[in-house]
Amino acid sequence: MTTIAETIERLARGETSAHAEVEAALNAAEKHNDNLNAFLEIDRAGALKRAEAIDRKRKAGETPALPGLDGIPIAIKDNICVRGMQTSCGSRILGPYKPPYNATAIDRLLDAGAVIIGKTNCDEFAMGSSNENSAFGPVKNPWDTARVPGGSSGGSAAAVAAGIVPVALGSDTGGSVRQPASLCGVIGVKPTYGRVSRYGLVAFGSSLDQIGVFAQTAADAAAVLQVIAGRDTHDATTADVPVPDYIGETEKNIAGLRLGVSRTLLGEGLDAEVRDAVEKAIDSYRALGAEIVDVELPHAKYAIAVYYIIATAEASSNLARYDGVRYGFRAEEAPALREMYRKTRDEGFGPEVKRRIMLGTYVLSAGYYDAYYLKAQKVRTLIKNDFARAFAKCDAVLTPTAPSPAFRFGEKVDDPLAMYLNDIYTVTANLAGIPGISVPCGLSSEGLPIGLQLLGPYWSEGLLFRLAHAYQQANPLNARPKVHA
Amino acid sequence: MPISESDIEKIAQLAHLEITDDERRMFAPQIAEIVTYVEQLKEIDTGAVAPALGGLTQEGERTESSRADETQASLGQKVALDQAPDPAAGHFRVPKVLS
Repeated sequence: MTTIAETIERLARGETSAHAEVEAALNAAEKHNDNLNAFLEIDRAGALKRAEAIDRKRKAGETPALPGLDGIPIAIKDNICVRGMQTSCGSRILGPYKPPYNATAIDRLLDAGAVIIGKTNCDEFAMGSSNENSAFGPVKNPWDTARVPGGSSGGSAAAVAAGIVPVALGSDTGGSVRQPASLCGVIGVKPTYGRVSRYGLVAFGSSLDQIGVFAQTAADAAAVLQVIAGRDTHDATTADVPVPDYIGETEKNIAGLRLGVSRTLLGEGLDAEVRDAVEKAIDSYRALGAEIVDVELPHAKYAIAVYYIIATAEASSNLARYDGVRYGFRAEEAPALREMYRKTRDEGFGPEVKRRIMLGTYVLSAGYYDAYYLKAQKVRTLIKNDFARAFAKCDAVLTPTAPSPAFRFGEKVDDPLAMYLNDIYTVTANLAGIPGISVPCGLSSEGLPIGLQLLGPYWSEGLLFRLAHAYQQANPLNARPKVHA
Repeated sequence: MPISESDIEKIAQLAHLEITDDERRMFAPQIAEIVTYVEQLKEIDTGAVAPALGGLTQEGERTESSRADETQASLGQKVALDQAPDPAAGHFRVPKVLS
């Protein structure tokens, strides 16, 4: 495994070229796509042309507008707009839609010299925990192709896990970066709400959505967040908070840091092997000089209930825009406007999206707003307060990322509530707006990756990278998935 | 909370979704189960709790989000209509509104 820093050095010494790096990524993406279904679009011509231009500029002594990723191949979840490429969101209703503009995160990646090799498969409109909700077939887990890669950013997670690209972007509304990172054995970061611009990220739950990063190492994830973080006038929710030196933060010692552990969260409902792996990780942190303190998050058990009210309410509103008028799919043979809307949305949306739109419509409908939506927003305050109290006692909270390793296709597909419970450890961060990172912490007896999650106070991404890096240095995951470039 | 198939039909109408009989039969018990699950929130006393509406961070709340009142380039008619299912004479054409 080569890190971004090593590739940048080799590029500088002339030992490799952007063309060679990008071509290797394209070859691997194409070779494994029949098997993994990780990519919905692979842009060979565009990526190679851009790589050649980067090599020419490097020879001419020109440097990119932003430092850090010059000549590095990257994959982008198919709900983030890249001009000239498709943005389907894994849905028939958008299909081959080509956005006429770049997301701000994409503009910044391009300014830093990154080369986008393709758009990755995901659950439809980022709604799902297994990738089985993509209209274009599920992504397979590179560790075991009979199992799910997690969701919703499963394609980005699989592309990084399989060594196709060193880094990829995803989006995380309730765990859609961290949970697939855990199931695929890679790093996955969900930044603080307002850290990364969502301009050009297709909206799902607007008070929850954040763009996140997949990488093999904490340092590589830091390198990408360094580029994409910061205020953007196109997204009013981005905060005017300085972007620290994440890469520098990553290298700092963790001795003396206090890690909070909730014994309740390591109790009922957790797979025994996941519990063992997380307990071992806690021991490892102790050995590295961190202090382990007990914390409680008494309202965490309500997080899924709160989330499936707020996220579906916001989704039902955000997805009202798909009406077959301005772009995307329109159903044929509808005699009048209302029928056209209904037929388009019936034929264009898959079952999970319909289920969530209906649930969101129900909880917002007349007479129910106070009982569901307002109530959920009040319990959300209690969840935020739980974290504020915990962070008074510790620097970060350590939990499992997902309750089990990757499960088999079809195992939970007919039971939406069982599927939702996959997000039990991750949704709290989105509800509170705090950052989180999933770090690989070993393999199950069946050889499937297990992830630990670190949650920090607002704007503490640097601290999370530092904790993740220290753990990875002490506990490298030496095994490779079965499907690997 | 019991949710009947006719409730599902009403919700689908509100959401501009046409659903099949099979979907109605599938969704009714599933949505009822999820609604029953989320109703566990009723056991929490939130009488004195303010809802978490608005920004989540103090820094985000403090950030000035308005921009200078200056005109900026827009997509333009051609690009805006480029991917419309039924563009016509500079417009988005839709089926008749009154049936």
